[in-house]
Amino acid sequence: MVFWGVAAVLGLVFVASLSIGRYGIGFFDTIKILLSRLFPIQQTWPDMASAVVFEFRLPRTVAAMLVGSALALSGAAYQSIFKNPMCSPDLLGVSSGACVGAAAAILLGGGSVLIQGSAFMGGILAVAITVMIPRLMRNQSTTVLILSGIVVSSLMSSVMSILKFVADTDTQLAEITYWTMGSFATVTFSDMLPVLPTILVPVAAILLMRYRLNVLSLGENEARSLGINIQAVNGIFILCSTLITASCVCLSGTIGWVGLVIPHTSRMIVGADNKKMLPIALLLGAAFMVLIDLLCRTLTAAELRIGILTGIIGAPFFIMILIKQSRNLR
Amino acid sequence: MILEVKNLSYRYYNSRTIFHDVSFGLSKGEVLSILGTNGAGKSTLLNCIANLYRPQSGEILLHNKPMTEMHMRDVAKVIGYVPQIHTPAYAYTVREFTVMGRTPYIGAFAKPKKEDYRIADEALERMGISHLSNKAYTEISGGERQQVTIARVIAQQPQLILLDEPTAHLDYGNQYRVMQMIKKLADEGFALIMTTHNPDHAILLDGKVAILNREGLLSVGLAKETLQKETLSTLYGLNIKTVYDEDAKRNICVVC
Repeated sequence: MVFWGVAAVLGLVFVASLSIGRYGIGFFDTIKILLSRLFPIQQTWPDMASAVVFEFRLPRTVAAMLVGSALALSGAAYQSIFKNPMCSPDLLGVSSGACVGAAAAILLGGGSVLIQGSAFMGGILAVAITVMIPRLMRNQSTTVLILSGIVVSSLMSSVMSILKFVADTDTQLAEITYWTMGSFATVTFSDMLPVLPTILVPVAAILLMRYRLNVLSLGENEARSLGINIQAVNGIFILCSTLITASCVCLSGTIGWVGLVIPHTSRMIVGADNKKMLPIALLLGAAFMVLIDLLCRTLTAAELRIGILTGIIGAPFFIMILIKQSRNLR
Repeated sequence: MILEVKNLSYRYYNSRTIFHDVSFGLSKGEVLSILGTNGAGKSTLLNCIANLYRPQSGEILLHNKPMTEMHMRDVAKVIGYVPQIHTPAYAYTVREFTVMGRTPYIGAFAKPKKEDYRIADEALERMGISHLSNKAYTEISGGERQQVTIARVIAQQPQLILLDEPTAHLDYGNQYRVMQMIKKLADEGFALIMTTHNPDHAILLDGKVAILNREGLLSVGLAKETLQKETLSTLYGLNIKTVYDEDAKRNICVVC
């Protein structure tokens, strides 16, 4: 029931995103334009409308759906593995680590494969450092992991500044800056192709193994006593989530807060059980991202950055969760 | 014999030996209470048996098979573990929490099936807490949470149940109720091991008792015979005597 409700919302947002913009297209015209590719429908709209939908709005809308749902899922996985509802790819430093990786590859003049691989290595390195600090402190509390993530994030942004400093201002700097901003403005279908497998395969893996997340979220000892090979299963989930985050960074730059806000909202709707929660997070993440992208390009004359809106929504949300969690913080 | 522990030794990396040369066995329907002072290593011993810690030397056999050679999932079908009460990060319902006991029987890509939910519901009914089924695990009381965790371990259908200080953080009444539950489980054929700080609980269970002393040596015997004045006084460094109570029909420990 809830699932189809959220799916309907996603459908509405999807069509709205294709209709609304500087060049307005009627809601039903948009549906007809979409269907005309599949079925023979008499054209009643100007060629311009069809071009706007397919050339401009469809690629960025699809990219927003892909990134929104993937980041929501990787956030949900991180939250269960670290049994910490305040985790997300950006708060753990994975996003900024991936960003550094991508920037380093650009500086070295690497192609898209190298950039993607390097982004992934950066993400893995960042999450490794973030997880290592609480281990060294022998303090596995929620607070320490978050502080650790903040430290790693700011370390990564410092490295980022160095990379920007040494970058060629005419060519590389613009490209690197693009990565730190987060935007769907210039995404094309051919940009999506190389990251598609590294997003879809880990997303499918997380979805298939999602019941394990319930057990993992009880903590290492309990999961082990229930017969789960913690090292292997945690490793798979961290690998998948990091791969997703790095791929999303390669496609659209760093986009914060989605991985935190969406799993939380989904939990409020259907409860904590990852079996039900993950599919909802998938749809809700897609709808949320498309809506944010729509607002970014329609609210003001010049396009807003994605990060501005997600931050305005995400930061108060984080404070709310913090207050809700305050009794569990040590 | 379900469990056989042979010459088990454990020490933390670069630290003192927690226990050494620990040996004992446990059969169907037997209860073993592990007593020891704070920091003696009761929980460490329990965690070794639970396959959570790896002992430096010695062997743990489950049905005559070395545990180290068994798949983790197969160990979990024999041994169930009830950790100390704690609040999980997420508000799973009691039913969802209980069905997690079925994990060793569920494949990596699978979800619990109708049959698993039936077994979980049955376990909740057996503990008399079916009414909690749809409540959030994070919002029930400590005593109820302990009962739910025991329901989960029943749903796991093990032969040996380990309980780490099952009475910690519980009020007097709930402590007694948990002891009654443990006794009932033993009567139903489960073997049980629990750690406790209360020798009266070991006497109440009337099974085997193991005392882990500061030197890391474990002595095992029958609770009735072992838990006497001298042993208890040396263990806790107090003057403790045992008094027989006619109504309770058992010994009671008193500090003089």
